[in-house]
Amino acid sequence: MARSAVGVVFCNIQDKNIPELSALRSIASVPFAGRYRLIDFALSNLVNAGITTVGIVTKNNYQSLIDHIGSGKEWDLARKDGGIILLPPYSNETDAPYTNRLEALKGITVFLRHRNEDYVVLYDGDAVARLDVADVIRFHEESRADITMVYHESVGVESHYYMTLDTDRSNRVKAIRINPKLGDKKVKMYMSVMVIQREYLMNIIQNAVQSGFSSFGRDILSKNLDTMKIYGYKFDGYYTGMASLPTYFKANMDMLNKDVRNELFGARDIYTKVRDSAPSKYIEGAVVKNSLISDGCTIEGTVENSILFRGVKIGKGSVVRNSVLMQETVIGSGVKLDCVITDKNVVIRDRRHLSGCEELPYFVAKGKML
Amino acid sequence: MQRKKECVAMLLAGGQGSRLYALTNNIAKPAVAFGAKYRIIDFPLSNCVNSGIDTVGVLTQYEPLELNEYIGNGQPWDLDRIFGGVHILPPYQAKKRSSWYEGTANAIFQNMSFMKKYNPDYVLILSGDHIYKMNYAGMLRAHAESGAACTIAAIEVPLKEASRFGILNVREDGSIYQFEEKPKVPKSNLASMGIYVFTADKLYKYLEEDDQNPDSSKDFGKDVLPTMLNAGEKMMSYRFEGYWKDVGTISALWESNMDLLGTDPTFDVGDPTWKIHSRNPLAPPEYISDTGEVDNSMIALGCEISGKVKHSVLSSNVVVEKGATVTDSVIMSGTVIKSGAKVCYSVIDENVTVGKKACIGADKDDASGITVLGRNIAVADGARVESGKIIDKDYKGE
Repeated sequence: MARSAVGVVFCNIQDKNIPELSALRSIASVPFAGRYRLIDFALSNLVNAGITTVGIVTKNNYQSLIDHIGSGKEWDLARKDGGIILLPPYSNETDAPYTNRLEALKGITVFLRHRNEDYVVLYDGDAVARLDVADVIRFHEESRADITMVYHESVGVESHYYMTLDTDRSNRVKAIRINPKLGDKKVKMYMSVMVIQREYLMNIIQNAVQSGFSSFGRDILSKNLDTMKIYGYKFDGYYTGMASLPTYFKANMDMLNKDVRNELFGARDIYTKVRDSAPSKYIEGAVVKNSLISDGCTIEGTVENSILFRGVKIGKGSVVRNSVLMQETVIGSGVKLDCVITDKNVVIRDRRHLSGCEELPYFVAKGKML
Repeated sequence: MQRKKECVAMLLAGGQGSRLYALTNNIAKPAVAFGAKYRIIDFPLSNCVNSGIDTVGVLTQYEPLELNEYIGNGQPWDLDRIFGGVHILPPYQAKKRSSWYEGTANAIFQNMSFMKKYNPDYVLILSGDHIYKMNYAGMLRAHAESGAACTIAAIEVPLKEASRFGILNVREDGSIYQFEEKPKVPKSNLASMGIYVFTADKLYKYLEEDDQNPDSSKDFGKDVLPTMLNAGEKMMSYRFEGYWKDVGTISALWESNMDLLGTDPTFDVGDPTWKIHSRNPLAPPEYISDTGEVDNSMIALGCEISGKVKHSVLSSNVVVEKGATVTDSVIMSGTVIKSGAKVCYSVIDENVTVGKKACIGADKDDASGITVLGRNIAVADGARVESGKIIDKDYKGE
């Protein structure tokens, strides 16, 4: 159980990676794996580590996020003491809302000052992983680190902003590279999850503001590796961040893998908002293979290698392959889809054929009728 | 000014449901699973909330543990309220008396102070035995307009089945002139649904009188309602035309589950204008594998299907392994059907393990009845359970 830590989840900081999905919502509230939103992983991992106070750092387009989180009760975060604390951007006539992580942190200093927990876990809301945050905090304490950065050894995917770490044998971080070119060799990708002493973080923020710094990674972390004790925590499980639309597509498809699914959901401790949809109905003649089907669906056609969110309807004679269909997507009859992502409330009329490929899935925006 | 509620609902949930046999060995009937994700009590509770009734007393007595836990603070039904909400009402020890609930009327009588706390104009009495969607607001309005002391919801049943029910004999204006409890030769086919609206003061008066009557069996249908009629109180029937099913027997429970299937189901639980609320399972979407086949069925979250499922209703977290078949069956949550097993025309309760190549029941057309497996048991690999059997202990075969 984590001793005295508070969570801070950044919801918009990676929005630029998938403009298709984050045009109308924060990246953290992008629907995922049939019935979840990306932020469910961050929130559940924090809660499962015994953390009962989580600050939610938002910036814009956060209506769907707030609708999803509600009072926080689904994550046991509707609390008298702490619980979910929404931290919308601070702006006035002279200060615009934050444009980077450092400004976002500056905006939450009042929140940080009023807590009394020892540690802060900074967590990006788009990281899909079942991470044992309590173990990261234990590691942080045992290595007497100032900062612990969680990384995942993999080939990695380039995005708007990412970091790789070099660590020595004692796991001390020796170099931080920002947006390096990635080849096919494995690198230590920073998962955008960090543990840091609360007061230490407040000092960093104050100094950075006085020095006029603008980048948390570039100006602070990577420049002070000699004076700051920064350690890397290696995470060995399944992890994916949301670098691009194809990454999002692949991550959904990864959920069809039994081992990945068991790792993430086997313990049944990833929480999400519930909606009281009826169970899904498979009509006579329906064919469903290698697919995840959420509740409220009605399937009359064929579905293969696909993820169906709540309330999706598949008409007679339609064939849906390798696709991700979000909530309330309605597929008419005789439709053929291959490598398609439909956002919420999309209607595909009878006999339409749409196809993309894994590298470039065909995307249909929210509410569109084709 | 004292705060009040126009209507308080009292839900009788203490029944054992003995005709569900192994399914109610350890749980009260209203807590029995239904329709892949629901429990029977979700229907009256959702009806209350959807009808604008936000104060519900749930009277429990028989095996209440699971029911209490399920209802919790009432949040899944939006019944966690500052004033009102759902309250579990078990029998209790009082200064002058303490006893179990001795009958439906006595159960309500013992909770007079609960009702009076809300100073209601009307009291709605419900039971936790039926699957139906009903807007109680219409019935309340009809009751208020007629000025009756009591209004009883009634539904037409096939005349040949009428002798299983409490039958209402009514005049043209719907007023009741006679009750017949399970008559051998019924005069009408208008059956009481066990749903009563009382004007609160009348209810209190007759419950107090009934409590003083040593000859009374303390039952609404047998005692209180006939007494009121004989005393000349105005009693009205309120016609309900829709799906209403007493799921008090294994076959009725099975049939009612099957009524949910198909594009145009006999009973639609997916109606967005009348949502059935429930405590949702914490599970990922169901997964149908490459070898899975699902036909004309309803499957809940968290299931993993690698075998064949046909004309069946599966609750959350059920596993059907490769080569297993499930046909014409109701499978409740957490049950595992191992590879090569065959399940036909059965009702299998929660957390059962059906061993490899085991055979449960027989094809519907050849079966002598529905096969039932009680919760938390294991059927050994290769074991055969004959059709119509009810098993509630681990089973190794004969």
